[in-house]
Amino acid sequence: MLNLQATIGAGREFTDEINHEAGTDINRCYQCGTCSGGCPLFYAMDIGPRQVMRLLQTGLGEEALRARSIWICATCDTCTVRCPREINVAGVMEALRIQARRRGYRIPAAVRKVRILTDLFLGSVRRSGRIFELGLVQGMKMRTGELLKDVGMGIPMLLKGKLSLRPHRIRGRAEIERIYRKVQEMEGGSR
Amino acid sequence: MKLAYYPGCSLCGTAREYNISTIKVSEKLGIELEEIPDWSCCGATSAHTSSPLLGVALPARNLAIAEEMGLDVAAPCAACYHNLSAARVKMDRDHLLRKRIEEIIDRKYRGKVKVLPLAEVILSRVGLDAVRDSLVHPLAGLKMAAYYGCLMVRPKGIVDFDDPENPTKLDQIMEAAGGEMVDWSHKTECCGASLSLTGTELCVDLVGRILERAAEEGAECIVTACPFCQANLDMRQAEAATKLKTDFRLPVLYFTQLLGIALGLPAGELGLDSHVVDPRPLLREKGLI
Ligand code: SF4
Ligand code: SF4
Ligand code: SF4
Repeated sequence: MLNLQATIGAGREFTDEINHEAGTDINRCYQCGTCSGGCPLFYAMDIGPRQVMRLLQTGLGEEALRARSIWICATCDTCTVRCPREINVAGVMEALRIQARRRGYRIPAAVRKVRILTDLFLGSVRRSGRIFELGLVQGMKMRTGELLKDVGMGIPMLLKGKLSLRPHRIRGRAEIERIYRKVQEMEGGSR
Repeated sequence: MKLAYYPGCSLCGTAREYNISTIKVSEKLGIELEEIPDWSCCGATSAHTSSPLLGVALPARNLAIAEEMGLDVAAPCAACYHNLSAARVKMDRDHLLRKRIEEIIDRKYRGKVKVLPLAEVILSRVGLDAVRDSLVHPLAGLKMAAYYGCLMVRPKGIVDFDDPENPTKLDQIMEAAGGEMVDWSHKTECCGASLSLTGTELCVDLVGRILERAAEEGAECIVTACPFCQANLDMRQAEAATKLKTDFRLPVLYFTQLLGIALGLPAGELGLDSHVVDPRPLLREKGLI
């Protein structure tokens, strides 16, 4: 039988962890729904920010790690600036995303691309020190199989000289590589 | 006055015209910009949504270099401004974090430099009177909607450029340049640019809502200070219009491009030819170029 007390106990620890990472106190939430009401992407979410808060309050926060919403969230901070209880709601969404990543949760197929783009982006910065935009767009196409998407847009941009064809590499590349390594060491090699 | 210039990756690529117009306008207004030597990417949204430490370390490297230069930082890009500013605030609040970051980037960082969006430099260090005094082609009769998006104004405490719900600073600058600003509801609604490549459908919806509101208030163009907002509102505009079964055509310009016109800079030097929705027909119609 499910030991509800134990589950909730572990869940509380998880809530504490999220509170700590987001530098906030989820228990202050009084479920007014202002966050979900003002969220531009609420209409596309499975569990809105208000519900996420409730899950965390009741020690069921790990449920939220499976939600599509933590990947759909555009980190626009509208919820955070409007919360009457001054909770860092967007920070909580972000902390959940980081946790889902760390714990190897399967990312819902519909939002898999968010993760792919993030990885391509961070890889590009690690290699060159700066972003190579054309490389990102190409990488996305290769990794998602959507080869034709946005070609209509890419070509005029290329012609206008907006997307450079080669990455700009900074001189301090070794320094950037060291920064990535040290971060990985300190964070416990999660990537 | 002299500032350390952080152009950021976008201004060296898709937002090239923001870079060019920033440099020209700054020259004209007596702002001396010295590029941060060998600056690196601030990590955009990707770094801080996957690793809290990397999200601070990447901007911190640039702040540390600016500190060596002994100059405050001017960052025209809303995302760079946001990230540099967030890193600065987080290290200010948390001494241990600052120590860890110093170790990671292997540079000294004392928290001495300020980070300013270019618009703030113009407002508080140049002043609107100086802008008014330098006008050559006031933007008379051009109705525009100032769009701030998320990163410039939210959250409070991390950025302190303007009010998070009803910001007015871009409006003030454009008004000083002679423009007519529309009062509208979607100044700070998120346009979903971070989902542009990953959740295009969602992004098109958000873009549509924003443009629809601007058009309803009678705006003829949008002014922005964010490369992601610009790209998104410009490039997703046709899709959004189709989805809403309308046909708005609202050029989306950087405030520096329009300010450049007002200050009498040659139109050919402001990158007006690099938008998807071409702003030139509108500007010609108004006799501005
Ligand atoms: S706005 Fe704040 S208090 Fe209201 S439901 Fe959201 S998190 Fe809770
Ligand atoms: S930060 Fe995320 S959850 Fe909050 S309002 Fe924006 S999209 Fe919604
Ligand atoms: S580009 Fe859109 S999503 Fe990004 S800050 Fe601007 S408004 Fe928000």
